[in-house]
Amino acid sequence: MTAAMATGGADEPMLVMKDVHTYYGQIHALQGITLTVNKGEVVTLIGANGAGKTTTLKTISGLLHARSGSVRFEGDDITKMPAHKLVERGIGHAPEGRRIFSRLTVLENLQMGAFSRPKADIQPDIERVFNLFPRLRERTGQLGGTLSGGEQQMLAISRALMSEPRMLLLDEPSLGLAPILVAQVFETIKEINSQGTTVLLVEQNALQALSIAHRGYVLQTGEVVLSGMADDLRQNETVRKAYLGED
Amino acid sequence: MTTVAVAGRRSNPASRFLRIAFFAVVAIVIYQLVLFIALQQTWLVGTSALPADQAFPVAVQQTINALSIGAIYALIALGYTMVYGIIELINFAHGDVFMVGAFLSMFVTLGIFGQTVGVSVTDIPFLILLLASALIIVMPLTGLLNVTIERIFYRPFRGGSRLAPLITAVGVSFILQNLALVFVGSGDRGAPQVFPLEWQIKFGEAKISVLSIFIFALAVSLMVALNLFVNKTRLGRAMRATAQDQQAASLMGVDLNQTIALTFLLGGALAGAAGVVWGLRFGYVRQDLGFNAGLKSFTSAVLGGIGNINGAALGGFFIGFTENLASALGFSRWSEFLVFLILTFVLIFRPTGILGQQLGDRA
Ligand SMILES: Nc1ncnc2c1ncn2[C@@H]1O[C@H](COP(=O)(O)OP(=O)(O)OP(=O)(O)O)[C@@H](O)[C@H]1O
Ligand SMILES: [Mg+2]
Repeated sequence: MTAAMATGGADEPMLVMKDVHTYYGQIHALQGITLTVNKGEVVTLIGANGAGKTTTLKTISGLLHARSGSVRFEGDDITKMPAHKLVERGIGHAPEGRRIFSRLTVLENLQMGAFSRPKADIQPDIERVFNLFPRLRERTGQLGGTLSGGEQQMLAISRALMSEPRMLLLDEPSLGLAPILVAQVFETIKEINSQGTTVLLVEQNALQALSIAHRGYVLQTGEVVLSGMADDLRQNETVRKAYLGED
Repeated sequence: MTTVAVAGRRSNPASRFLRIAFFAVVAIVIYQLVLFIALQQTWLVGTSALPADQAFPVAVQQTINALSIGAIYALIALGYTMVYGIIELINFAHGDVFMVGAFLSMFVTLGIFGQTVGVSVTDIPFLILLLASALIIVMPLTGLLNVTIERIFYRPFRGGSRLAPLITAVGVSFILQNLALVFVGSGDRGAPQVFPLEWQIKFGEAKISVLSIFIFALAVSLMVALNLFVNKTRLGRAMRATAQDQQAASLMGVDLNQTIALTFLLGGALAGAAGVVWGLRFGYVRQDLGFNAGLKSFTSAVLGGIGNINGAALGGFFIGFTENLASALGFSRWSEFLVFLILTFVLIFRPTGILGQQLGDRA
């Protein structure tokens, strides 16, 4: 597949993974992933359970490291860089399962999100996420663990935004949400993208993900089996059968 | 704190502080009453039973003693609980870091100031200089010792087996004890009690030791400072976040190695402070001090809810008072039995300790 055109302008690769192999001990989870995310895009990773979507995001954000292959971000080799350094470089990761700090308040969770910017005035960022998710505003003093699942998801996305990432990794942000909230979360992702953040989105909800993404990659047992423009993938026979639940 | 979790909101810190202070005063008054009554009972203390007018001053004095010994256990317990909270390791060497602190304090007073006896009550500025120097020198050193132990002996195991670092911790405990044995020998070493023991405040018939008050006040100040640090600062917040979810914390930009080192630094420094006051209070130091005091402090931490900072403080005082009760009534030999009996009951009926696990809540 040829590289897709993003929203207009010339493609400028922001993230490039080349033949990445990642292991959990003996388990060979990523078996040669090659993918590119261009500046300004929303790219989605879809695939069955256990395909390696989460592992791919973890390998990018530094929670895991590739055993071979390379990961480059904005031209720099970040393959071996630890997670806490990558946040400073502009990669925000809202991990699978939300991972809210349950005994920190909503405000403290957001402050933690801005940990990598010690000197910054974070008030505008807090305002920004409260505008995206007004429900959080009423709950600033509440402990993270006492939020509802949907609210926790909003907090997880907000927290990742607090580092002012140039690239946001989202791992199943719609998981466990009511349909109306799912639609809202996808709207918000579009909104975040239109404010200038590049997004790499992992979703079970392939149809919705493809509807907001520019491009997509289909993963299967640790390999990319298909990639292309989101619209094309939506029309693709295999994708429709395997991931969109159509016969 | 459990009520806070249920309500889902943090109560205002000032009102929380007042609540804790109120609870503490009530507990102290109840303890004095219990002791006052118990001291008069012939069936309990036999021929050493006291008439009411003598039992009262003894009860007051003993309560102050209990506060100071409890403060020492609490200071040590904080290090156990913080380290457990952040890496789920029971740092068996922590008691020995305290022991090293007690020796270092001895070296400062003897070696640097050449002071072997109590400072005169009329020379308070010199006493302050002496104590401040001891604390300022010893606390960073024991803090760094703890950081070094983590760096060399525990960090290599991070993310791997839980059992290996536990066994290593026991090993480090032996190493420190043996080093102490090599450098200062076995048995009791006299530590200069530079704080004048005869300095007492009259309270009715009771004579209250100023040293005990000093120890209690120092411990409470350190605990308040620790609380402010953990709850109000950026690094403290990072410590709490790391205790809850290391991976998520690192995704926020927290350097785990630094944060864990900071935890060991604080825990070690508090153990050092406990070491300084130990010598003042008991006048001796020995190489196996860390075992006994360490075990009781560890028990305090478990009793309060391991991983919970307030719990460790509470547990320390609880153990201090229990021990004091036993010895005030002439049952010193039973004090350890009593301490562990209570521990056993708490663990059976409330396995998470009195206040529950808090810092280390891994969702
Ligand atoms: N901590 C782990 N230890 C061992 N194997 C793991 C671990 N995490 C994931 N794996 C394995 O790696 C493979 C890829 O897992 P991954 O979590 O990346 O899948 P996924 O595409 O995100 O799936 P899902 O849609 O269910 O979230 C799976 O076979 C999984 O069993
Ligand atoms: Mg996953």
